[in-house]
Amino acid sequence: MNLLIANGRVVDPSQNIDRVADVLIEDGIVAKVGPGLKAAKGVETIDASGCVVVPGLVDLHTHLREPGQEHKETIRTGTTAAVAGGYTSVCAMANTTPPNDERPVTEMIVAEAQRNGVCRVYPIGAVSKGLAGGELAEMADLRGAGCVAFSDDGKPVTNSKLMRAALDYARMLGVPVVAHEEDCHLAEGAVMHEGYYSTLLGMKGVPAAGEEILTSRDIHLVELTGGKLHVAHLSTHGAVEAVRRAKSRGLPVTCEVTPHHLALTDEAVQSFSTSLKMNPPLRSESHRLALIEAIKDGTIDAIATDHAPHHPDEKRVEFDLAPFGIIGLETAFAVCYEILVKSKAIKLAQLVDLMSCRPAKIFNLPGGTLKPGSAGDVAVIDVDGSTEFASFRSRSMNSPWRGRTLPTRVVATVVGGVVRHDARADAKEGEKARPKAAKARTARR
Amino acid sequence: MRSQATALRSKDLLGIEQLTPEEISLILDTAEGFREVSERPIKKVPTLRGQLVINLFMEASTRTRVSFEIAEKRLSADTLNFSASGSSVEKGETLIDTAENLMAMQPDMIVIRHKHPGSPKMLADLLPASIINAGDGAHEHPTQALLDAFTIRERLGRLSGVNVSIIGDIAHSRVVRSNIHLLTKMKANVTLASPPTLMPAEIEKMGVRVVHSLDEALEGADVVMMLRIQLERQSKMTFPSLREYFNTFGLTPERLRRANGGAIVMHPGPMNRGVEISSDVADGPCSVILDQVTNGVAVRMAVLYLLAGGHLQES
Repeated sequence: MNLLIANGRVVDPSQNIDRVADVLIEDGIVAKVGPGLKAAKGVETIDASGCVVVPGLVDLHTHLREPGQEHKETIRTGTTAAVAGGYTSVCAMANTTPPNDERPVTEMIVAEAQRNGVCRVYPIGAVSKGLAGGELAEMADLRGAGCVAFSDDGKPVTNSKLMRAALDYARMLGVPVVAHEEDCHLAEGAVMHEGYYSTLLGMKGVPAAGEEILTSRDIHLVELTGGKLHVAHLSTHGAVEAVRRAKSRGLPVTCEVTPHHLALTDEAVQSFSTSLKMNPPLRSESHRLALIEAIKDGTIDAIATDHAPHHPDEKRVEFDLAPFGIIGLETAFAVCYEILVKSKAIKLAQLVDLMSCRPAKIFNLPGGTLKPGSAGDVAVIDVDGSTEFASFRSRSMNSPWRGRTLPTRVVATVVGGVVRHDARADAKEGEKARPKAAKARTARR
Repeated sequence: MRSQATALRSKDLLGIEQLTPEEISLILDTAEGFREVSERPIKKVPTLRGQLVINLFMEASTRTRVSFEIAEKRLSADTLNFSASGSSVEKGETLIDTAENLMAMQPDMIVIRHKHPGSPKMLADLLPASIINAGDGAHEHPTQALLDAFTIRERLGRLSGVNVSIIGDIAHSRVVRSNIHLLTKMKANVTLASPPTLMPAEIEKMGVRVVHSLDEALEGADVVMMLRIQLERQSKMTFPSLREYFNTFGLTPERLRRANGGAIVMHPGPMNRGVEISSDVADGPCSVILDQVTNGVAVRMAVLYLLAGGHLQES
């Protein structure tokens, strides 16, 4: 668990560092950051010259699907996808089968993550029993078992009284409630954003107002209760405005956006590709631009993937019939780097802040910093490189970027001082075993 | 406008959106040639002899299915009708599996009607056969728009500059979307009228005028196209009652007087008499509703012929 990451450009916004330096990890903990560090003899060294060295990425919104939906993803495959994308921590949403609404489920997830996970996994507990929106889950018990936040994500908490109780109760536990904001009546039967393209395609759309209504409601409930609210996958101009106003009034409200809502719009749905179907849906260009504006002015606290694997059989159907969701862990950094940094909307350090430092703070997680004494979680990324997303580590492949080549390459991912992803070693291995591996892949797909 | 194109560019007819004005004219001109076949004592030409056309109808249809089948038979194609009920679809087979199994029997063309938008494109991307969209959800119904255009051209002599008002359930209508694409490409003026609850978002961006008054829509219209109120798709929240709908948007002989002299009344069928249109109008002197049905066969013969021709050139 001792490791020297040498000669990289260390970008750590938590300490305002952006310079060439070494990072020394001892016993899984960051020991020192500085130039010309010497490690003891025999300590493993990663040559990071030409790469950026950042605190490992932290995803606040991951669907690992285990228990119960292992045909889509497992804790093993999901975390393997995570480290391939530079993530060292993922927060697992509660809508598994059974849902994570009772201590034994949380314990199972924690145990399986320790046994077979390759990055840190933090469970998110259900707000309501069975995600049914009727009565509170045993939140204190879940918190005790390791849940870091609470959410019925996948659907909204429609009952305002229950949402009030959740915010109130979670305040006692010191953790946020993560809200999927959607007005169920307005969204009835909808498969995409309501606008010109839903009209053109003859598909049922959900208006932006649906997200804005519930976001505003929950902000009013924060005002009432003082509980912490984290708005998940915010996607509309009006919801951004609501969060901006809440923040200006000093309310404990944070929010996240996904890479796909920053990169894509409903115009793309004209292809009818089910890899463009997710909830909230891809919005129109004016909403996308509002999100980028909110990234720039700091209204948006975090970029989270909403990694939502679905088996190819489930997605290989008519657009109307396909389940909502796309995978995102492996492509997130590349997509955001292209959309935000290459376009000069923000600087690399801000992107690291949005994908690592601030997410860790919102859920109060270890990581998100390279301060000495913190978790030895690091991503080494070649920002001048590129990655071809021909196949995925995830068990699923429902990505709009499948087959595309995007900028940046995650060279190595280190979790607690242990190298969990090593692209250079993988490439060497790949060369040795190429004919065999290629064959196996064709057979599986 | 006479056609300059001599063939269609695509192996499929998925919608009007992808067609050029020249291709639209080509189909209409070709249809004129085929109309005469249906008037012969022996209503058959050998054009598609030996070709297999599968009519894959996953949603209820009378006019379109029968019209396609007659068109195929008059071109001497072998036809096979497949409907969802009584097939493996009822056992849970997916559309792609159904289509791939049918493809394994080597049809030359598949005519598909399906309730989900984009399903014809899904098959077109996957299968070598020519795919003809016979209606996909509220997306497109290209042969309906073509036969409507054929009928307008037949009655009024042109499409360019004609004032077409389309009235009714715009939100759920595939016919209206295909008609907007076609009529705007051919430089007709399109007005849409319905209660706001039946008008989809931002449809003006398709190049049409939107009003919410029947009288306003009828004023100066050369063509009045009534759309069916799709009773099966309405929630109770789109309009209060059929009575109120008929009183506000139902077409009667009195209200029709606001249209231009010589205006024609069209309806893609099936009609709800007394809901969107009174029987006096439907059966009256301005109605060309049954001509539309007759012309449907000629237009579909033209589409089948042109798509098959594309095939032959390719191979």
